[in-house]
Amino acid sequence: MRYLPHTSKIRHEMFREIGINNIDQLFVDIPKGSLLKDNIKISNHKSEIEVESILKDISNKNLSVSSASNFIGAGAYYHHIPAAVDHIIQRSEFLTSYTPYQPEISQGTLQYLFEFQTQICLLTGMEVSNASMYDGASACAEAVLMAQRINKRKKVVYSGLLHPHYIETSKTYTKYSGAESIFLPLNINSESERFNDFIDEDTCCVIVQNPDFLGNINNLNDLSQQCEKYGVLLIVVVTEILSLGVLNSPGSMGADIVVGEGQSIGNPLSFGGPYLGFFSTRKKFVRQMPGRIVGQTIDVNGNRGFVLTLSTREQHIRRDKATSNICTNSGLCSLAFTIHMSLLGEEGLKKISKLNHIKAVNLSRKIKDIKGVSLINKNFFNEFTVSLSKPAVSVVDKLVSKNILAGVPLARFYSDRDDLKNYLIIAVTEMINDDQMEAFIDALRGELQ
Amino acid sequence: MNSRSRAHSFKSDRNIITEVKSVNQSLIFELGSAEKSGVDVQDCDFSANLIGDSFRKEKIGLPGLSEPEVIRHFVNLSKKNYSIDEGIYPLGSCTMKHNPRLNEKLARLEGFANLHPLQPINTVQGILELMFELSKNLLEITGMDAVALSPAAGAQGELCGILAIKQAFEKKGDNRSKILVPDSAHGTNPSTAALCGYDIESIPSNSEGRINFEILKEKLNSQVAALMLTNPNTCGLFENDILKIAEEVHNVGAYLYCDGANFNAIVGKVKPSSLGIDAMHLNLHKTFSTPHGGGGPGSGPVVVSSRLSSYLPIPMVKMVNNKFEIIEKESIDSFGRLKAFHGQVGTFIRAYAYILSHGADGLKQVAEDAVLNANYIQSKLKKYLTVRYSGYCMHEVLFDDKFLKGTEVSTLDFAKAMIDKGIHPMTIYFPLIVSGAMLTEPTETESKKDLDDFCEKLIDLAEEAKSGNKNLFDSSPTKAVLGRLNETAAAKDLVLTYSE
Repeated sequence: MRYLPHTSKIRHEMFREIGINNIDQLFVDIPKGSLLKDNIKISNHKSEIEVESILKDISNKNLSVSSASNFIGAGAYYHHIPAAVDHIIQRSEFLTSYTPYQPEISQGTLQYLFEFQTQICLLTGMEVSNASMYDGASACAEAVLMAQRINKRKKVVYSGLLHPHYIETSKTYTKYSGAESIFLPLNINSESERFNDFIDEDTCCVIVQNPDFLGNINNLNDLSQQCEKYGVLLIVVVTEILSLGVLNSPGSMGADIVVGEGQSIGNPLSFGGPYLGFFSTRKKFVRQMPGRIVGQTIDVNGNRGFVLTLSTREQHIRRDKATSNICTNSGLCSLAFTIHMSLLGEEGLKKISKLNHIKAVNLSRKIKDIKGVSLINKNFFNEFTVSLSKPAVSVVDKLVSKNILAGVPLARFYSDRDDLKNYLIIAVTEMINDDQMEAFIDALRGELQ
Repeated sequence: MNSRSRAHSFKSDRNIITEVKSVNQSLIFELGSAEKSGVDVQDCDFSANLIGDSFRKEKIGLPGLSEPEVIRHFVNLSKKNYSIDEGIYPLGSCTMKHNPRLNEKLARLEGFANLHPLQPINTVQGILELMFELSKNLLEITGMDAVALSPAAGAQGELCGILAIKQAFEKKGDNRSKILVPDSAHGTNPSTAALCGYDIESIPSNSEGRINFEILKEKLNSQVAALMLTNPNTCGLFENDILKIAEEVHNVGAYLYCDGANFNAIVGKVKPSSLGIDAMHLNLHKTFSTPHGGGGPGSGPVVVSSRLSSYLPIPMVKMVNNKFEIIEKESIDSFGRLKAFHGQVGTFIRAYAYILSHGADGLKQVAEDAVLNANYIQSKLKKYLTVRYSGYCMHEVLFDDKFLKGTEVSTLDFAKAMIDKGIHPMTIYFPLIVSGAMLTEPTETESKKDLDDFCEKLIDLAEEAKSGNKNLFDSSPTKAVLGRLNETAAAKDLVLTYSE
């Protein structure tokens, strides 16, 4: 077996050192009847050639976004990843190291996490960030729990335009936190969402997404003022972090906690994971934050260095009183993010965000001219929602035969809402060219005729 | 308030910055500039934009660098990390084994890496097949009845298991309030139980490093929902009373949750189903070798017995009429959803490749060699370090600090001196119940030569300590990029982001 260094002769030498004759002497503590007499029923070991061929065959049964025209977004986005990113994250020292518990020999990881935290703060307009969460949805759930710890209130108000998976995940995490949750219904007209009716002295927090699930850009200034008036924490979720290249930061609009998904920068779609949850907030809340945090310090000689800090919040120290049970996070995904963001810089980020937006605007203009299509958004980033003259699921299924992944039907999430069955969320990124747009328009027109 | 003014607002409390005498490597913020970029993006006419009044006019403050500068920066950073690829990484409870590169290659195939989680089901039959096959394999390996692949890491796996247990009781109208956790458990266990609204009762360990069965029996009653047990436990020992424990737990109607962090010791040798376990998470980034990546991503699928299968979270992959489907809607019994989309799919691909590569024979050999290596180290070191509990260990050996008594060298000093020997320290001060604990897990992918080398270095250090060479330990590490870091100052004068 190619991954195991011992030969049978070596094993016997080691038996002698230990003073045993056979390996099962080391397994004496296991109940006799439980030790397997026969091997488990899967095939025996396979060569690299065989394994590669099996997995290649499986992968060929999928249609990849790179061999189609992809207009699917809704919380995960197909963006270009510079070749340098994947090259660096596969360096042994990054790929095969552990959580930086020994800082003297983990400065590589600790420094990039410090850089990551700073990038996240700059983008979100917040003061402190942790070193990552599992994904945007679990980061959102942890934000709600943190808000409950901060103001000890019960009422939690969710926008109906928050990604449904984020709502469901938060629901799971807060099941036993004492939260009294209010879920506003998804309303196609986002401006009619009436938060004010639910904001009072008993409200813990309000959770909104920007751009929202349907792609709308929302100005949060009024909402944040209303929240501030009643001591309510405003949690802003960003599922497309690229939007922050052209949009005002949630912090500048008065957010208290900004969480979301960082997959768009540096990380492949990979059918939904592993992704990169980010979590940032105001400095005064830092001791209530979940997850690892890296801080700057000095070594015995006065050299600048970095360490994991405020660990007294964490499960390995505080156990049942910890701010979260999270241990492993998304380290390598945050490295990919940091490298990609360092390559982009302010200029590259702004340019790529603008390009995403303009491509989406161009497609939206053409698409709404099709008979039977109407665009619901006024302002959006790289994603918008249309209503079609027939159920979106059937249209999407038809367009697959033309190698077009046309978007996400709202019915995928709201199968019980008959009024939403004709709606389609369409995302456009820099990966889509003009020919692909034209082909999409033609195919959609043909399908709706 | 924009980010700049925020950054200025807490500049005044940055004492630690003034104490920095030298900088080992610049930060990207000290190297890059807003005008520079390592990505060429086509210009576009932005006049027709539909951003509205939320358009960002202010500077973000992000520096950019050219590609050669970025490569150099991160490659130089990487050199400041120790990794399993350069030497033994014997962190107990972490299973730092070799990460096969084939698995990296396969996870990057276009037909895997470039799949959107919301594609029409017909276009993703291959990846669903892989998830289905991986599930089947995990069930065969563990003997359990159902699996939830979606938990993102071990701690989320625990959450999954305990939520399923809680849901099972709620459906029966049985309102239980307590979870029992041994005092040697990982911190995630009590933390998870608290997240699920349970009171935690700690069960002391006995003098043999195992759960105190008599006290456990006393604490078990109809208020107990579950016992969370790590097996093999964090002392590196198999809970040899496991069948009796399971029986007692089941007698009061409670469930036995197993923290599967240490499954590497028994994979292919024992099926957890035969030990009376009702639910258990598997760390794919431990036993099934997906890379730890500096602290993540992980993956923590949960296997359960038939008593709990209907309470598992969504999504689930099912085969319906010869076609794979994803069940994304909550059933009546499911406790809900743990994260967006379908789980850590990139790790599923790697873990599946790992299982195929090893096969039934290879997996069994993994457990045997992992246990062999730990006992080999124990045998070679027992005269020099103090082994905490007598007898054979499983895949990790636990030393305490008795051998350092009178030397004024602490476990921490000893660990830091190991760094100067060119090896990564073991897990220290865990489990909490053992004084100056040194939990050492070599894993099966270490050769005898590397184990011998490791033992020799530890023997050297133990002898140095006993010979009174305290100075060697006080000053260590001297050969790392940095000397010992001031963690107290870091927590006191919080500097969590860069500012000019």
